[in-house]
Amino acid sequence: MTAPTDPAASDSLASAPEPGSQATGETDARVSVGGVAIPGLRLRVTPQHVRDYGIIVFAAALFIYFTIASPSFLTSNNLLNIVYQNATIGVAACAVTFTIIAGNFDLSLGSIFALSEVLGAWAAVNWGVWWCFPVTIGAGAIMGLINGLLVTKLRVNAFLATLASGLSFGGIAVGVTHGGLLITPASSVFTFVGQHKALGIWDAAIIFIVLAVVLQLVLAYTVFGRHLYGVGDNRNAARLSGLKVDRTVITTFVITGAACGLAGLIDSSMTGSGTSSQEGLAGQLALLAIAGVALGGSSIFGGVGSVWRTVLGVLMLGMITNGFDLLAVSDYWQDIVRGILIILAVALSFVVDRRNA
Amino acid sequence: MSTTTVTQLQLVSIGKRYSGTKALDNVSVEVAGGTVHALVGANGAGKSTLGKIIGGVTRPDDGQMFVDDRQVRYTSPREARTDGIATISQELSPMPHMSVIENIFFGIEPRRAGLVQFRQMRRQYEDLISEWGFSLNPHAKVGALRTADVQKVEILRAVATEARVIVMDEPTSSLTSVETSTLHRMIHALRERGTTIIYVSHFLDEVLDLADTVTVLRSGRLVRTAPAAEETEESLVAGMFGAAAAAEHFEKPQHSAARVVLDVSGLSRKGVLNDISLQIRAGEIVGLAGLIGSGRTELARAISGADPIDSGTIVVDGAARRVRSPADAMAAGMAFLPESRKDDGLFLELSLAANTTFADLCSVASRLGVVRRATERAKTKELLDLTSVQPPNPSAKVVSLSGGNQQKVLFARWLLRNPRVLILDEPTRGVDVAARAAIHRLINKLAAEGSAVLLISSEIEEVLGLAHRVLVMRRGSITREFSADPPLDAVMEAAFGLGGRTIA
Repeated sequence: MTAPTDPAASDSLASAPEPGSQATGETDARVSVGGVAIPGLRLRVTPQHVRDYGIIVFAAALFIYFTIASPSFLTSNNLLNIVYQNATIGVAACAVTFTIIAGNFDLSLGSIFALSEVLGAWAAVNWGVWWCFPVTIGAGAIMGLINGLLVTKLRVNAFLATLASGLSFGGIAVGVTHGGLLITPASSVFTFVGQHKALGIWDAAIIFIVLAVVLQLVLAYTVFGRHLYGVGDNRNAARLSGLKVDRTVITTFVITGAACGLAGLIDSSMTGSGTSSQEGLAGQLALLAIAGVALGGSSIFGGVGSVWRTVLGVLMLGMITNGFDLLAVSDYWQDIVRGILIILAVALSFVVDRRNA
Repeated sequence: MSTTTVTQLQLVSIGKRYSGTKALDNVSVEVAGGTVHALVGANGAGKSTLGKIIGGVTRPDDGQMFVDDRQVRYTSPREARTDGIATISQELSPMPHMSVIENIFFGIEPRRAGLVQFRQMRRQYEDLISEWGFSLNPHAKVGALRTADVQKVEILRAVATEARVIVMDEPTSSLTSVETSTLHRMIHALRERGTTIIYVSHFLDEVLDLADTVTVLRSGRLVRTAPAAEETEESLVAGMFGAAAAAEHFEKPQHSAARVVLDVSGLSRKGVLNDISLQIRAGEIVGLAGLIGSGRTELARAISGADPIDSGTIVVDGAARRVRSPADAMAAGMAFLPESRKDDGLFLELSLAANTTFADLCSVASRLGVVRRATERAKTKELLDLTSVQPPNPSAKVVSLSGGNQQKVLFARWLLRNPRVLILDEPTRGVDVAARAAIHRLINKLAAEGSAVLLISSEIEEVLGLAHRVLVMRRGSITREFSADPPLDAVMEAAFGLGGRTIA
C-alpha cells in the first residue's frame, strides 16, 4: 500500500462521484490517476472516463462530421438504413458479447450463419415455408451447443475450437447447396423478416434493436447476466462460489449460435435465397461482429463490457461505411479507417489499464 | 572449469514490501565466499524473499547489495547470471518442452556463425555428466522429468554457466531421502570448488548438516547470523519464533458436549492427503498448523469440493454428503475462503455488491431471476457494516479496496449464506494490523454463534490465539493434536517433525 505520489490523484479522490467511495487511509490509491479538470463544471475527466465513455464522444464526433460533410447523411431514411444494413451483424455481435464477457471467443459466427441460412432455405423449399423459422434458429443453437461442449467438456481453447468447428459448418453448408444458391419460395411469410416495414421501419432493424435491448436487460439485471461477468472476471472464484461454470459458458455459446441462426434468417429473407458462399457476409461476420464488440469498449478478455457498447460499435462501423459511401470515398480507405479505429479503441483501454496497474 | 576466486556477498539494510506488509525490514547479511550459507525462518519470515533478491528474481525496495565489494542492482535473474549468480527454485522452472541438453546450454550454446554446434555441445554435456557422476537422458523433455531430475538439470545448468553463487530455494521439499542425500553430496562438491551456496530451507536438520553459517529471520527481520556449529534445532526454532506471541488471545470455551457439525473421515487424495479424519463441533474453532506443502490447503480444498478426492466421507450435521463440487459443499452448508483472494476469491472489476451477493444471488432476486437492486444494495450494506468494510460503498469496485477490506468482502459473501461450517485458508494473509484484529474478532464471533470453523494459517500465533484445538499436518497427514492453548514450541516442533523426521 503506497501513498499516492501523484498530487492529482488525491485531488480526484475528493471529487469522486459518491461520498461513500472516498478512499480512506488504508485504501489503495488506485481510484484514479491523473485527470483533467474542466473549469466551470464540477467534473474531472480521468483516463477511466476516457476509456469508458470516449467511444460515445467519438461516435458523436463522427456523426457530426458526416452530417456536415454530406447533406444526405442526416435524414431519417439514411439513418434507418444504417440500422437495417447492419441488422445481421448487429444481431450476431450483441449475442457474441455474452460469450466474450464470459471470457470466451467465437470465430464460427459466419459459418453458423451460413449453415443455418442454408438449412432454413432447404427446409422452406422441402418441408414448407414456415419451417424456416425453427430450423434456422434451432440449427444455430445446436451448432452453438457443439461449440460450448468443445470448449467446456473437451477443454479446447475457444479460439481454436470455434475456428475448427466454423470450418466444418462452412463445409457442410457448401455440401448442402453444392456451392450454389437455394432459392426460397417467393412467399410473403418468408420475405416478411427481411423485406417488410412496420411503421416505416424495416422489420430487420426492429428485430436487431429489440434483441439488443432484451440482451442488455438480461446482462444488467438478471442473475444469469451477473454470472457472465463473474465467470469472465474470475472463473475460479465463480466456481468456488458454487456456480456451474461450464453450464454458464455453454449457454453463452448456444445463445450466440441461435442469434447467428436468426441473422441467417434475416439475410436469406432479404435476398430470397440461402447461400453457402463465404464471399459475402458469412466470411466477414465473425470479424465484423467482434470488431464491433471491441470498438464499443468491451474487454476482449472478458469480465467487462455491455451490449449497448456493442450496438454503438456496430453502428459506428456501419456509419463509416455509409458516410464514406455518401462522400464517395473508396472502399479501401474505409477498411483502413475502420482498422485504425479498432486499434485505437483497444490500445486506449490497454494504456489506461497499464497506467493504473 | 576450476577457479580459485570465490565470490562473496554483502547485503546492507535490505527492505521489501508486498502490498503494505513488510516482507523484509532492514536486513543485513554477509555471506563469505565459498561457504554454504543457510537462510531459515518460519513461513513468511522472508527467507525466500531474501534468496530471490540475491538471485535477481525480486528487486528490493531499500538497501544495497554488493558482490565482491561492487554494488549491484539486479532487475532480472538474467542480470544476476552475468555476475555468476544462479537461482534454483521450483517456481523458476526451466523450459518444459525443451530437452535436457537444450535447457542446460540455453543461451550459452557453443556456436559458430550463429549456428549451434551440436556436436561440441554434446561433448561438453558428456564432460559435465562424467564430472558429476549421474546420468540423465540428454534428449528427454524436461517437462516429463521428475522434480529431482529437473533439479539436476538446473544444477548442471548452473555449473555449465560457471555460476559462482547458487541460490537454492527449498530444494529438497519434494525430494525423497535418497535424492536429498545425492543433492547434499553435490553441494559439498560445489563448495570444495569454491562455489558459494545460499541454501533456503525449513528442514532444520539439513541446514545444520550442510551449512557453515545460518541466518535466522523472523517476520522479515534479522534475528542473527551465526556459525552453524553453534546452533541446534531447538535454538533455531527458538530464534524463529521468539518470545511469547503478541496475537490477541480469545476465550476458549470447551465444546466436548456440543454437537459435531463437520465430521470428515478417511479423506485421501493420492500423493497429497493420507487418510485424514477430523471432527469439528458447533461453536468450535479448530486450527490447522503445518508448513507450506504439508497439505493444509489441499485438505481445505478437498473438504470444500474445490479439488476431487479419491476416498473418504464428509458428514455435515449428521447427514452424509457427496461433495464433488464447490456447489455441493455449499449446499451442505459449508463456506470456503480460499488462500489467494485475488486468484480464487474476488471479482476485482465488479462492485462490492456483486461480489457480496455472488454466491447467493437467488436470495436477492425475483423468481424470474431478475436481481432486485434495492434489496441487493440494502443486504450488502448490512453485511459490509457487519464485517466493518471501509468504505462500505456497495457500488465501488473491489479493486479499489485495501487487502484487508477485500478479505472482509469475502467474509461478507459467505455470511449471506449463514454457513454451518467455515473453512478459512489464510484469512489474514497480506492484511494490515487493524483489519487482522477485525477479522479475528469476526471469526470468534461466528464461532460463538454456533458455526464450526476450520482455521488454516501459516502464522502459528494466529492459530494459537483463536483455535480451541490445534491439529498439526505434515506430509499429507495429521500428525499431532493439541487441546486448547498448547505451548508454541511444541506445535512448531511437531510441524517441523522434530524427534524423528518422516521419510517420504
